[in-house]
Amino acid sequence: MNKREMLHAMAAGLGSLLCAARARAAAPEAAAIDAVVQHYAVLVHACYSDSLAAALAMQQAIAGFLAHPSADSLKAARSGWIDAREWYGQTEAFRFYAGPVDDGKGPEQRMNTWPVDESYIDYVRDRPDSGLINNPKAVLTKAALAAANIRGGLENVSTGWHAIEFLLWGQDLSETGPGDRPFEDYVDGKGLHADRRRQYLAAVTELLLDDLRYLIAAWAPGAKANYRAKFERGGLESVRRIVIGIGALSRAELAGERMEVALNTQDQEDEQSCFSDNTHRDIVNNALGIENVWLGRFKRRDGSLLQGPSLRELVAAQDAAQAERTTRQIATSIAAAQAIQPPFDHEIRGSRSAPGPMRVRATIDSVLAQSRELGAAANAIGITRLNMVKP
Amino acid sequence: MTRLRRGLLALLAGANAVLLHAAPADDALKPDEQTGGATTVAATGRNAFSFAAANLNDDERTRFAVGNSFFRRNWVEAPSSTAARDGLGPHFIARSCGGCHVQSGRGAPPDYTKPFDARGEPPIALLLRLSIPGEGPHGGPRPDPIYGDQLRTLAVPGVRVEGRIALQVHTLRGTFADGTRYTLRQPRFGVADLAYGPASKDLMIGPRLAPQLIGMGLLESIPEAEILGNAARQAAAPGPVKGQVNQVWDAFEQRMMLGRFGWKANVATLAHQTAAAFVGDIGITSSRFPDESCTFTQDDCRAAPRGAKGEVPEIDDRTLGDVVFYQASLAPPARRQPGDAQVVRGRALFEQAQCAACHRPSYVTGDSPLPSFASPALKGQTIWPYTDLLLHDMGDGLADGRPDFGASGRHWRTPPLWGVGLIRDVNDHQQLLHDGRARGVLEAVLWHGGEADTSRRQVLKMTASERAALVRFVESL
Repeated sequence: MNKREMLHAMAAGLGSLLCAARARAAAPEAAAIDAVVQHYAVLVHACYSDSLAAALAMQQAIAGFLAHPSADSLKAARSGWIDAREWYGQTEAFRFYAGPVDDGKGPEQRMNTWPVDESYIDYVRDRPDSGLINNPKAVLTKAALAAANIRGGLENVSTGWHAIEFLLWGQDLSETGPGDRPFEDYVDGKGLHADRRRQYLAAVTELLLDDLRYLIAAWAPGAKANYRAKFERGGLESVRRIVIGIGALSRAELAGERMEVALNTQDQEDEQSCFSDNTHRDIVNNALGIENVWLGRFKRRDGSLLQGPSLRELVAAQDAAQAERTTRQIATSIAAAQAIQPPFDHEIRGSRSAPGPMRVRATIDSVLAQSRELGAAANAIGITRLNMVKP
Repeated sequence: MTRLRRGLLALLAGANAVLLHAAPADDALKPDEQTGGATTVAATGRNAFSFAAANLNDDERTRFAVGNSFFRRNWVEAPSSTAARDGLGPHFIARSCGGCHVQSGRGAPPDYTKPFDARGEPPIALLLRLSIPGEGPHGGPRPDPIYGDQLRTLAVPGVRVEGRIALQVHTLRGTFADGTRYTLRQPRFGVADLAYGPASKDLMIGPRLAPQLIGMGLLESIPEAEILGNAARQAAAPGPVKGQVNQVWDAFEQRMMLGRFGWKANVATLAHQTAAAFVGDIGITSSRFPDESCTFTQDDCRAAPRGAKGEVPEIDDRTLGDVVFYQASLAPPARRQPGDAQVVRGRALFEQAQCAACHRPSYVTGDSPLPSFASPALKGQTIWPYTDLLLHDMGDGLADGRPDFGASGRHWRTPPLWGVGLIRDVNDHQQLLHDGRARGVLEAVLWHGGEADTSRRQVLKMTASERAALVRFVESL
C-alpha cells in the first residue's frame, strides 16, 4: 500500500466512524418525514409539468419548421430544443430508484439515451443512404420508432431528446461549432427522403411529449392509485429513494458517465449533447436538479419559487454540521459546472493541467465529494441501503 | 499487510457493526440479503444490473465508467473517421457488447411464438455455436471448416452474411400432480441460406443466449478449492447429483484452468470470455485474439478492410482491460423482501426439493485469478450466488448434443440464481435457460432432467401455492 492509498483508506475509515457515531442519533419524526416526502412529490410534479410546457413550446417551433422549412424556422426549432433541455435536465434527479421514469415500464431509455449512432437514424458523412429515414420499408410511426429504439445495441437510438437533437443539428463535424444540418434536408426535391425526415421528427417529438405526460400522471396529486399515492405513504423508504436518486445521479451519471469518461477518452462521442454542443448545460442542469431536491426548492418556468420541507432540514435536525457541509458542496458543484466552457468536446482536450480539463476535473471532484456528503447525510437519518458509493 | 492497515480494518469492522446496530431494524441488510457482501447495491428497476460494486474506490469507479462506455459503444465498419472504434466485422453478430447484454442484463431471445421469417432480422442476443465431431485446439470444440465456431448473422457491406438461424418449435404438454396442465416450448435450431456452400454433414449446433452480468468478478474470485469441494461432496453423497468440473484453455493464463463461465463452463476467466466475444461476436481483434474469424474459404471476409487503420489489434489492451474490469465490478443487487412469509416458505421448499445441492447458496471469495482486471474490493466477501459452477447431465430434453471441452452434449453448468427476479425489470422478459425457451422460473424448473430429475418430480407434486412460493423465493434472490 503506497502513501496515497494509505491516506485514502484512513480517510475512508474516519468517515465510517463519524457516520457510525451520527447514525446513533434518533430517527427523524414520522411527521417530518411525511412532510418532506409530500413536498418532494409536489416538486417532482412541478418539474415534469414545466418540462412538458417547455417541450410543448419546442413542438410548436418544430411544427412551424416542418410546415415552412427555412434557416430561421430551423433556428427557432433549435432554440426550442435548447430551452426544453434546461427543464428536462433538472428532472434527472428523479431517476435511479426505479420510480416512474425508470422502473421496468419507465420511458427513460426512450427519452434520453445517448450516445446516438447517427447512422441508425439518418444519413451520415460517407453513407448517404443509411438510417431508418432512408429505408423506405421502415415504418415511422410513434409505435414503430419506439420499438426500434435501442434494438440490437444501446447506441441504436431512434427516439428521445438526442434523436431530435440530431434531426435538428446533424452530425457535429465542426471543430469549433455544433452540427450544421441544412434546412433543405426537410425540403422536398432537395433533401433525399425529406418527407420521411419530416414525418420522423414530428413522430419522435410527439412521442417525447407522450412520455412526459405519462410521468406527470404518475406524479399527479389526488389520484388514488398512481405512483405518488404510494410514494407519499412510504415514510423513510421514500426518503431513501429520494437520496438514491440524487446520489446516483451525482456519482454514477454526472461524475462518471458524463465527465470522467469524456475526460478519459477525450472523444467527442462521449459527450451527451454532441450535435448541439449543449453538453455544458446538461451538466449544470443535472447539478441544479440535485440542489432542487436537497433544498426542496424549484425555480419554476414562470419565475415563481416553489419551496417546502426539505431533505436538508430533515438531515439538519439530526446533524446540522453534516447538512451544512452537504449544502455547501452541492453549491460548489454548481459553481464549478457553470465554469465549464462550451463546446465541451474542446473543453476535455489537452493535458491534465490545461485550463479546460482542469475545470472539468474540478467539477468531477466536487461532485464526488458531494456524493460522499450525501451518503453521510443519509446515514445521519438512519438510511444505509444505498446503491452509490459508501461514505 | 502492514500492521497499521490491519488495525485500520479492525476499526472499520467495528464501525460497521455499530452502524448496523444503530440503523433502524428495517433498514439494515441481514447477511444473506447482501447478495454480494460489501459489493451489494440496493437496486431494482431498469438500472438494477448497472451499478458498480458499492465498495469500489473513486479511481476504480472511473475505470468502471470508462469500461461501460466501451461496453455499450457501437463499433463501426473500417475505414471510418473514428479510428478508436472501427473494425466491426467483417462477419459479426452484434455491434456492441450491450447489443446483446442489454443494460448488462439478459439478451432478448427470439420470439418463439412466430415462425422465423427469412427476410426478417436475425434474433438478437442468441447465437449458434458450431462444431464438428473431434477435438480442436487445446481439446476444445473442432470448428466447422467453412463456418468456424459460430454462425455470424451479419456482415459489413461487400461481405456475405454467413447464413441465418432456422428454427422449429415443438410444444410439450404435461400435468402437475394436482391436475394443473402446463405446456413447454422446445426450440430446435438449424442453419439456412448458407453463403459459402454447405456446412459439414455432421455439424453440431449449440444455441446460446446472452446472460445478465452481475457479480461476474465475484464468481471469478470463488476459490478453486471450493468448486472442487462441491464436486467431491456430490461424488461422495448418495443420489444422482454428480457435478463435474470442466477444464478449459485460457488464452490469458496460457494454460488449462477450471471453467466457470458460459453455459457449459467452457471459459475460465472474464478476460478470456470478453476478448473471445469481441472477436467472435463483434469482429474486434485484440492482442490475445489477433486474427479475424474468417475461415480459409471466405475470400470476401479475408479481403475486407481492417480497423484501427489496418493495425492489429482493433481494441488495445488498456481498453479491453477496462471493459473486463467493468463487467467484473457489476454489483449484484440486494435481495428483495426476504422476510415475506411466502418467500420464507419458498426457501424451505427449495431446500426440501434438494435444489441447493447444485444451487449452492453461499461462498467467501478469494483472490481474482487476473488481479489487473478486477478490484481487490471483491476479495473476502460472503456472497450468495446459488450455484456450484459445476457441469451436470440435465437430460435429453435440454441437451444440445454439442460437447465443449469436458462438457458433453447433455451437460450444462448450474447458472447462478442471483438477480433472476429482476430480469423482467431490466429486460422486459424472463426467458430463462441457455436458449431462452423457459418463460419464467417454473418452466425452467420443469426442464430439469437427468441428475435433477428427482427435484423436478418433487416440484410436480407441489400444490399451486407451494409452486408459487418456490418461484417467489427464487425471484427474491
